[in-house]
Amino acid sequence: MEWTDTGRIIAVRNYGETSAIVELLTPEHGRHPGLVRGGRSKAMRPILQPGNSVRAVWRARLDEHLGNYALEADSLDAGALMDDPLALSGLNAACAMAVLALPEREAHPAVYGAFEVLISSLNDIDIWPALYISWEAGLLADLGYGMDLKKCAATGQTHDLRYVSPRTGRAVCAEAGAEYADRLLALPGFMAGSGEVSPGDIAAGLKLTAHFIERRVLWPTDKVLPEARARMIERLESAGRL
Amino acid sequence: MAGTAGPEIERLIQLLAKLPGLGPRSARRAALHLMKKREALMEPLAAAMAEAAEKIRPCSTCGNLDVSDPCTVCRDPRRADGVLCVVETVGDLWALERAGAFAGKYHVLGGVLSALDGVGPDDLNLASLVERAGNGSVSEVILALNATVDGQTTAHVIADRLSHTGVSITSLARGVPVGGELDYLDDGTLAAAFRSRRPA
Repeated sequence: MEWTDTGRIIAVRNYGETSAIVELLTPEHGRHPGLVRGGRSKAMRPILQPGNSVRAVWRARLDEHLGNYALEADSLDAGALMDDPLALSGLNAACAMAVLALPEREAHPAVYGAFEVLISSLNDIDIWPALYISWEAGLLADLGYGMDLKKCAATGQTHDLRYVSPRTGRAVCAEAGAEYADRLLALPGFMAGSGEVSPGDIAAGLKLTAHFIERRVLWPTDKVLPEARARMIERLESAGRL
Repeated sequence: MAGTAGPEIERLIQLLAKLPGLGPRSARRAALHLMKKREALMEPLAAAMAEAAEKIRPCSTCGNLDVSDPCTVCRDPRRADGVLCVVETVGDLWALERAGAFAGKYHVLGGVLSALDGVGPDDLNLASLVERAGNGSVSEVILALNATVDGQTTAHVIADRLSHTGVSITSLARGVPVGGELDYLDDGTLAAAFRSRRPA
Protein backbone atom coordinates (compact mmCIF):
# COMPACT_ATOMS: atom_id res chain seq x y z
CA MET A 1 0.00 0.00 0.00
CA GLU A 2 1.23 3.47 -0.80
CA TRP A 3 -0.31 6.88 -1.11
CA THR A 4 0.79 10.49 -1.33
CA ASP A 5 -1.11 13.35 0.21
CA THR A 6 -0.62 16.72 1.84
CA GLY A 7 -1.42 17.02 5.53
CA ARG A 8 -1.15 19.00 8.72
CA ILE A 9 0.66 17.49 11.67
CA ILE A 10 -1.79 17.25 14.57
CA ALA A 11 0.09 14.97 16.99
CA VAL A 12 3.61 13.67 17.51
CA ARG A 13 4.66 10.98 19.95
CA ASN A 14 8.22 9.85 20.44
CA TYR A 15 8.75 6.22 19.55
CA GLY A 16 11.93 4.56 20.77
CA GLU A 17 15.04 6.69 20.73
CA THR A 18 15.06 7.78 17.12
CA SER A 19 11.58 7.55 15.68
CA ALA A 20 8.23 9.25 16.12
CA ILE A 21 4.62 8.33 15.51
CA VAL A 22 3.02 11.21 13.69
CA GLU A 23 -0.66 11.83 13.11
CA LEU A 24 -1.58 13.87 10.07
CA LEU A 25 -4.88 15.43 9.11
CA THR A 26 -5.10 14.91 5.36
CA PRO A 27 -7.84 15.74 2.85
CA GLU A 28 -8.06 12.30 1.27
CA HIS A 29 -7.07 9.97 4.11
CA GLY A 30 -8.42 11.80 7.14
CA ARG A 31 -6.63 11.54 10.47
CA HIS A 32 -3.89 9.08 9.66
CA PRO A 33 -0.98 7.95 11.85
CA GLY A 34 2.35 6.63 10.66
CA LEU A 35 5.88 5.98 11.85
CA VAL A 36 8.58 8.46 10.91
CA ARG A 37 11.95 6.77 11.16
CA GLY A 38 14.56 9.26 12.31
CA GLY A 39 11.74 11.50 13.47
CA ARG A 40 13.72 12.60 16.52
CA SER A 41 16.73 13.71 14.51
CA LYS A 42 17.87 17.34 14.49
CA ALA A 43 16.74 17.67 10.89
CA MET A 44 13.23 16.32 11.48
CA ARG A 45 12.34 17.85 14.84
CA PRO A 46 11.58 21.33 13.47
CA ILE A 47 9.33 19.73 10.86
CA LEU A 48 7.50 17.44 13.28
CA GLN A 49 5.67 20.15 15.18
CA PRO A 50 1.87 20.28 15.40
CA GLY A 51 0.49 22.80 12.93
CA ASN A 52 3.15 22.31 10.26
CA SER A 53 2.05 21.34 6.78
CA VAL A 54 3.88 18.47 5.08
CA ARG A 55 3.87 16.46 1.92
CA ALA A 56 3.52 12.82 2.99
CA VAL A 57 4.17 9.48 1.37
CA TRP A 58 2.70 6.62 3.41
CA ARG A 59 3.79 3.04 2.83
CA ALA A 60 2.75 -0.21 4.48
CA ARG A 61 2.40 -3.83 3.48
CA LEU A 62 -1.25 -3.92 4.50
CA ASP A 63 -3.77 -1.10 4.69
CA GLU A 64 -4.43 -1.67 8.40
CA HIS A 65 -0.75 -1.45 9.36
CA LEU A 66 0.67 1.62 11.10
CA GLY A 67 2.96 2.13 8.12
CA ASN A 68 5.87 4.46 7.54
CA TYR A 69 5.71 8.08 6.59
CA ALA A 70 8.25 9.88 4.45
CA LEU A 71 7.58 13.54 5.17
CA GLU A 72 8.76 16.63 3.41
CA ALA A 73 8.15 20.08 4.83
CA ASP A 74 5.60 22.11 2.96
CA SER A 75 4.72 25.08 5.16
CA LEU A 76 6.26 25.30 8.63
CA ASP A 77 3.71 27.50 10.34
CA ALA A 78 4.16 26.33 13.95
CA GLY A 79 7.37 28.32 14.48
CA ALA A 80 5.69 31.57 13.51
CA LEU A 81 2.95 31.03 16.11
CA MET A 82 5.19 30.20 19.07
CA ASP A 83 5.57 33.77 20.29
CA ASP A 84 1.82 34.37 20.32
CA PRO A 85 0.20 32.70 23.35
CA LEU A 86 -3.33 33.16 21.99
CA ALA A 87 -2.52 31.69 18.59
CA LEU A 88 -0.61 28.83 20.18
CA SER A 89 -3.56 28.04 22.44
CA GLY A 90 -5.84 27.96 19.39
CA LEU A 91 -3.44 25.67 17.55
CA ASN A 92 -3.20 23.31 20.53
CA ALA A 93 -6.98 23.23 20.99
CA ALA A 94 -7.66 22.53 17.31
CA CYS A 95 -5.04 19.78 17.11
CA ALA A 96 -6.21 18.14 20.34
CA MET A 97 -9.84 18.30 19.21
CA ALA A 98 -9.00 16.78 15.80
CA VAL A 99 -7.14 13.91 17.49
CA LEU A 100 -10.00 13.28 19.91
CA ALA A 101 -13.03 13.69 17.70
CA LEU A 102 -12.06 12.47 14.26
CA PRO A 103 -12.07 8.74 13.53
CA GLU A 104 -8.83 7.34 12.17
CA ARG A 105 -8.40 6.84 8.42
CA GLU A 106 -11.77 8.32 7.45
CA ALA A 107 -11.62 11.13 4.93
CA HIS A 108 -13.25 14.40 5.95
CA PRO A 109 -12.09 16.84 3.29
CA ALA A 110 -14.38 19.62 4.50
CA VAL A 111 -12.96 19.35 8.03
CA TYR A 112 -9.44 19.41 6.59
CA GLY A 113 -10.27 22.43 4.44
CA ALA A 114 -11.68 24.37 7.39
CA PHE A 115 -8.68 23.32 9.52
CA GLU A 116 -6.34 24.76 6.88
CA VAL A 117 -8.24 28.05 6.90
CA LEU A 118 -8.16 28.11 10.71
CA ILE A 119 -4.42 27.45 10.96
CA SER A 120 -3.58 30.04 8.33
CA SER A 121 -5.71 32.60 10.21
CA LEU A 122 -4.25 32.04 13.67
CA ASN A 123 -2.14 35.18 13.40
CA ASP A 124 -5.31 37.30 13.29
CA ILE A 125 -7.02 37.29 16.68
CA ASP A 126 -10.00 39.23 15.31
CA ILE A 127 -11.13 36.34 13.15
CA TRP A 128 -9.71 33.02 14.32
CA PRO A 129 -11.89 32.43 17.42
CA ALA A 130 -15.01 32.59 15.20
CA LEU A 131 -13.29 30.37 12.63
CA TYR A 132 -12.45 27.88 15.38
CA ILE A 133 -16.12 27.70 16.40
CA SER A 134 -17.18 27.31 12.78
CA TRP A 135 -14.61 24.53 12.38
CA GLU A 136 -16.01 22.68 15.40
CA ALA A 137 -19.56 23.12 14.05
CA GLY A 138 -18.39 21.79 10.69
CA LEU A 139 -16.68 18.89 12.43
CA LEU A 140 -19.99 17.99 14.07
CA ALA A 141 -21.82 18.25 10.77
CA ASP A 142 -19.25 16.13 8.94
CA LEU A 143 -19.48 13.44 11.61
CA GLY A 144 -23.25 13.34 11.13
CA TYR A 145 -24.25 15.32 14.20
CA GLY A 146 -24.73 18.72 12.64
CA MET A 147 -26.94 21.42 14.07
CA ASP A 148 -29.83 22.72 12.03
CA LEU A 149 -29.37 26.48 12.21
CA LYS A 150 -31.20 27.46 9.03
CA LYS A 151 -34.72 27.93 10.41
CA CYS A 152 -36.63 27.98 13.67
CA ALA A 153 -37.76 24.54 14.83
CA ALA A 154 -40.98 26.02 16.23
CA THR A 155 -42.10 28.59 13.68
CA GLY A 156 -40.04 27.80 10.60
CA GLN A 157 -38.90 31.40 10.26
CA THR A 158 -35.38 31.97 8.99
CA HIS A 159 -34.58 35.27 10.66
CA ASP A 160 -34.02 36.41 14.26
CA LEU A 161 -32.67 32.98 15.28
CA ARG A 162 -31.33 33.37 18.83
CA TYR A 163 -31.25 29.96 20.49
CA VAL A 164 -30.46 26.30 19.90
CA SER A 165 -32.30 23.42 21.49
CA PRO A 166 -29.76 21.49 23.61
CA ARG A 167 -31.64 18.28 22.83
CA THR A 168 -32.22 18.46 19.08
CA GLY A 169 -29.56 20.92 17.94
CA ARG A 170 -32.17 22.91 16.01
CA ALA A 171 -32.37 26.69 15.99
CA VAL A 172 -35.14 28.53 17.80
CA CYS A 173 -36.16 32.11 17.02
CA ALA A 174 -36.24 34.87 19.66
CA GLU A 175 -40.01 34.93 19.86
CA ALA A 176 -40.54 31.18 20.25
CA GLY A 177 -37.58 30.73 22.58
CA ALA A 178 -38.21 33.67 24.93
CA GLU A 179 -40.19 31.56 27.38
CA TYR A 180 -37.52 28.82 27.52
CA ALA A 181 -34.43 31.02 27.24
CA ASP A 182 -32.88 29.67 30.45
CA ARG A 183 -33.03 26.12 29.09
CA LEU A 184 -31.84 26.88 25.55
CA LEU A 185 -28.30 27.48 24.30
CA ALA A 186 -27.50 30.90 22.91
CA LEU A 187 -26.90 31.01 19.15
CA PRO A 188 -24.24 33.55 18.13
CA GLY A 189 -25.23 35.80 15.28
CA PHE A 190 -22.29 34.80 13.09
CA MET A 191 -23.38 31.15 13.29
CA ALA A 192 -26.94 32.07 12.37
CA GLY A 193 -25.74 33.76 9.22
CA SER A 194 -25.68 37.42 10.21
CA GLY A 195 -21.90 37.47 9.70
CA GLU A 196 -21.12 39.81 12.57
CA VAL A 197 -19.26 38.73 15.68
CA SER A 198 -20.77 40.58 18.63
CA PRO A 199 -19.54 40.70 22.24
CA GLY A 200 -20.36 37.42 23.94
CA ASP A 201 -20.65 35.52 20.66
CA ILE A 202 -17.35 33.67 21.03
CA ALA A 203 -18.21 32.46 24.54
CA ALA A 204 -21.69 31.43 23.37
CA GLY A 205 -20.32 29.64 20.30
CA LEU A 206 -17.71 27.73 22.28
CA LYS A 207 -20.37 26.68 24.78
CA LEU A 208 -22.71 25.61 21.98
CA THR A 209 -20.21 23.44 20.09
CA ALA A 210 -18.80 22.01 23.34
CA HIS A 211 -22.32 20.91 24.36
CA PHE A 212 -22.88 18.88 21.20
CA ILE A 213 -19.31 17.61 20.75
CA GLU A 214 -19.34 16.30 24.31
CA ARG A 215 -22.74 14.61 24.12
CA ARG A 216 -22.68 13.34 20.56
CA VAL A 217 -19.02 12.62 19.84
CA LEU A 218 -16.92 12.32 22.98
CA TRP A 219 -19.08 10.95 25.79
CA PRO A 220 -20.27 7.88 23.83
CA THR A 221 -16.61 6.87 23.51
CA ASP A 222 -15.70 7.74 27.13
CA LYS A 223 -13.76 10.84 26.19
CA VAL A 224 -13.92 14.38 27.50
CA LEU A 225 -13.11 17.73 25.95
CA PRO A 226 -9.34 18.29 25.73
CA GLU A 227 -7.64 20.35 28.40
CA ALA A 228 -6.03 22.39 25.61
CA ARG A 229 -9.50 23.69 24.69
CA ALA A 230 -10.13 24.79 28.27
CA ARG A 231 -6.75 26.55 28.29
CA MET A 232 -7.65 28.32 25.04
CA ILE A 233 -10.91 29.56 26.58
CA GLU A 234 -9.06 30.76 29.69
CA ARG A 235 -6.58 32.62 27.54
CA LEU A 236 -9.28 34.18 25.35
CA GLU A 237 -11.11 35.27 28.48
CA SER A 238 -8.03 36.83 30.06
CA ALA A 239 -7.38 38.68 26.78
CA GLY A 240 -10.96 39.98 26.78
CA ARG A 241 -11.81 38.09 23.61
CA LEU A 242 -14.81 36.07 24.77
CA MET B 1 21.03 -17.28 23.22
CA ALA B 2 18.68 -19.21 25.50
CA GLY B 3 20.53 -21.76 27.59
CA THR B 4 24.02 -20.36 27.00
CA ALA B 5 24.08 -18.08 30.06
CA GLY B 6 22.72 -18.29 33.57
CA PRO B 7 19.66 -16.32 34.70
CA GLU B 8 21.81 -13.70 36.45
CA ILE B 9 23.63 -12.88 33.22
CA GLU B 10 20.40 -12.91 31.26
CA ARG B 11 18.91 -10.49 33.76
CA LEU B 12 21.98 -8.24 33.49
CA ILE B 13 21.60 -8.21 29.69
CA GLN B 14 17.88 -7.48 29.92
CA LEU B 15 18.48 -4.56 32.27
CA LEU B 16 21.32 -3.15 30.20
CA ALA B 17 19.10 -3.37 27.11
CA LYS B 18 16.71 -0.93 28.75
CA LEU B 19 19.36 1.82 28.82
CA PRO B 20 19.14 4.57 26.19
CA GLY B 21 21.21 3.75 23.13
CA LEU B 22 21.44 0.04 23.91
CA GLY B 23 19.49 -2.74 22.26
CA PRO B 24 19.66 -6.47 23.01
CA ARG B 25 22.80 -7.04 20.95
CA SER B 26 24.72 -4.07 22.28
CA ALA B 27 23.55 -4.94 25.81
CA ARG B 28 25.02 -8.41 25.35
CA ARG B 29 28.32 -6.89 24.23
CA ALA B 30 28.30 -4.52 27.20
CA ALA B 31 27.57 -7.41 29.58
CA LEU B 32 30.41 -9.44 28.10
CA HIS B 33 32.75 -6.47 28.43
CA LEU B 34 31.74 -5.99 32.05
CA MET B 35 32.30 -9.66 32.81
CA LYS B 36 35.73 -9.57 31.17
CA LYS B 37 36.72 -6.48 33.18
CA ARG B 38 35.16 -7.65 36.39
CA GLU B 39 37.56 -6.07 38.85
CA ALA B 40 38.48 -3.00 36.83
CA LEU B 41 34.97 -2.09 35.70
CA MET B 42 32.09 -4.29 36.80
CA GLU B 43 32.64 -4.16 40.56
CA PRO B 44 33.40 -0.40 40.71
CA LEU B 45 30.42 0.24 38.45
CA ALA B 46 28.13 -1.87 40.63
CA ALA B 47 29.38 -0.08 43.73
CA ALA B 48 28.97 3.33 42.11
CA MET B 49 25.45 2.50 41.00
CA ALA B 50 24.49 1.16 44.42
CA GLU B 51 25.86 4.26 46.10
CA ALA B 52 24.15 6.56 43.60
CA ALA B 53 20.84 4.73 43.97
CA GLU B 54 21.06 5.11 47.71
CA LYS B 55 22.11 8.75 47.83
CA ILE B 56 20.64 10.52 44.79
CA ARG B 57 17.46 12.43 45.45
CA PRO B 58 15.64 15.36 43.88
CA CYS B 59 16.52 18.76 45.30
CA SER B 60 13.54 20.06 47.24
CA THR B 61 14.33 23.59 46.11
CA CYS B 62 14.91 23.29 42.36
CA GLY B 63 14.13 19.69 41.36
CA ASN B 64 17.71 18.93 40.26
CA LEU B 65 19.11 15.47 41.02
CA ASP B 66 22.01 15.35 43.43
CA VAL B 67 23.30 13.51 46.48
CA SER B 68 22.53 16.42 48.76
CA ASP B 69 19.42 18.43 49.41
CA PRO B 70 19.62 21.36 48.63
CA CYS B 71 21.71 20.38 45.61
CA THR B 72 25.21 21.57 44.81
CA VAL B 73 23.91 24.25 42.46
CA CYS B 74 21.46 25.66 45.00
CA ARG B 75 24.14 25.73 47.71
CA ASP B 76 26.79 27.39 45.55
CA PRO B 77 27.37 30.88 47.07
CA ARG B 78 28.99 32.12 43.85
CA ARG B 79 25.73 31.79 41.97
CA ALA B 80 23.34 34.71 41.71
CA ASP B 81 20.23 34.16 43.80
CA GLY B 82 18.24 36.76 41.91
CA VAL B 83 18.09 34.97 38.56
CA LEU B 84 16.20 31.72 38.05
CA CYS B 85 16.51 29.66 34.90
CA VAL B 86 13.54 27.36 34.26
CA VAL B 87 14.37 24.16 32.38
CA GLU B 88 12.31 21.14 31.40
CA THR B 89 14.57 18.33 32.60
CA VAL B 90 17.78 17.74 34.52
CA GLY B 91 19.36 16.96 31.13
CA ASP B 92 18.65 20.52 30.04
CA LEU B 93 20.22 21.83 33.26
CA TRP B 94 23.34 19.79 32.55
CA ALA B 95 23.42 21.11 28.97
CA LEU B 96 23.34 24.72 30.22
CA GLU B 97 26.01 23.94 32.79
CA ARG B 98 28.22 22.44 30.07
CA ALA B 99 27.84 25.66 28.09
CA GLY B 100 28.86 27.66 31.17
CA ALA B 101 26.61 30.50 30.02
CA PHE B 102 24.55 30.89 33.15
CA ALA B 103 25.62 31.60 36.71
CA GLY B 104 22.29 31.81 38.51
CA LYS B 105 20.00 29.22 40.04
CA TYR B 106 17.80 26.71 38.23
CA HIS B 107 14.29 25.36 38.48
CA VAL B 108 13.53 21.98 36.89
CA LEU B 109 9.90 21.60 35.77
CA GLY B 110 10.03 17.85 35.24
CA GLY B 111 8.28 18.00 31.86
CA VAL B 112 6.16 20.24 29.68
CA LEU B 113 2.44 20.56 29.10
CA SER B 114 1.19 18.02 26.64
CA ALA B 115 -2.38 17.82 25.40
CA LEU B 116 -1.66 14.42 23.90
CA ASP B 117 -0.17 12.85 27.01
CA GLY B 118 -2.58 14.57 29.39
CA VAL B 119 0.13 16.54 31.18
CA GLY B 120 -1.43 19.62 32.77
CA PRO B 121 0.02 22.47 34.86
CA ASP B 122 -0.63 20.54 38.08
CA ASP B 123 1.65 17.73 36.90
CA LEU B 124 4.64 20.07 36.70
CA ASN B 125 6.87 21.54 39.39
CA LEU B 126 5.11 24.89 38.99
CA ALA B 127 3.78 25.72 42.44
CA SER B 128 7.28 25.83 43.95
CA LEU B 129 8.46 28.00 41.04
CA VAL B 130 5.73 30.56 41.75
CA GLU B 131 6.70 30.43 45.43
CA ARG B 132 10.41 30.92 44.68
CA ALA B 133 9.77 33.73 42.20
CA GLY B 134 7.52 35.51 44.67
CA ASN B 135 9.80 35.36 47.71
CA GLY B 136 11.27 38.78 47.00
CA SER B 137 14.85 37.77 46.26
CA VAL B 138 14.32 36.88 42.60
CA SER B 139 14.44 39.66 40.02
CA GLU B 140 14.41 37.65 36.78
CA VAL B 141 13.07 34.31 35.62
CA ILE B 142 14.55 32.97 32.37
CA LEU B 143 12.35 30.47 30.56
CA ALA B 144 14.86 28.11 28.90
CA LEU B 145 12.34 25.72 27.41
CA ASN B 146 12.50 23.88 24.12
CA ALA B 147 11.41 25.77 21.01
CA THR B 148 8.63 23.29 20.40
CA VAL B 149 4.88 23.80 20.44
CA ASP B 150 4.63 22.06 23.83
CA GLY B 151 7.68 23.87 25.23
CA GLN B 152 6.44 27.32 24.23
CA THR B 153 2.89 26.58 25.39
CA THR B 154 4.40 25.76 28.78
CA ALA B 155 6.46 28.96 28.69
CA HIS B 156 3.34 31.07 28.11
CA VAL B 157 1.51 29.34 30.98
CA ILE B 158 4.47 29.96 33.31
CA ALA B 159 4.63 33.60 32.25
CA ASP B 160 0.94 33.90 33.14
CA ARG B 161 1.43 32.27 36.52
CA LEU B 162 4.34 34.56 37.34
CA SER B 163 2.78 37.76 36.07
CA HIS B 164 1.56 38.78 39.53
CA THR B 165 5.01 38.38 41.14
CA GLY B 166 6.44 41.43 39.37
CA VAL B 167 9.67 39.67 38.39
CA SER B 168 11.13 40.17 34.94
CA ILE B 169 10.31 37.16 32.72
CA THR B 170 12.56 36.47 29.75
CA SER B 171 13.00 33.58 27.36
CA LEU B 172 15.89 32.30 25.29
CA ALA B 173 16.36 33.82 21.85
CA ARG B 174 15.55 31.83 18.73
CA GLY B 175 17.49 32.26 15.53
CA VAL B 176 20.36 31.10 13.37
CA PRO B 177 22.46 28.49 15.21
CA VAL B 178 26.26 28.46 15.08
CA GLY B 179 27.17 26.73 11.83
CA GLY B 180 23.61 27.06 10.55
CA GLU B 181 23.00 27.80 6.89
CA LEU B 182 20.01 29.98 6.04
CA ASP B 183 19.01 27.73 3.16
CA TYR B 184 18.44 24.84 5.54
CA LEU B 185 16.62 26.70 8.31
CA ASP B 186 12.89 26.25 8.76
CA ASP B 187 10.55 29.19 8.14
CA GLY B 188 9.73 29.70 11.82
CA THR B 189 13.40 29.94 12.84
CA LEU B 190 14.15 32.36 10.01
CA ALA B 191 11.18 34.54 10.95
CA ALA B 192 12.22 34.47 14.63
CA ALA B 193 15.80 35.34 13.67
CA PHE B 194 14.59 38.34 11.70
CA ARG B 195 12.43 39.51 14.56
CA SER B 196 15.37 39.20 16.95
CA ARG B 197 17.90 40.97 14.72
CA ARG B 198 20.37 43.29 16.40
CA PRO B 199 22.86 46.00 15.35
CA ALA B 200 25.92 44.41 13.68
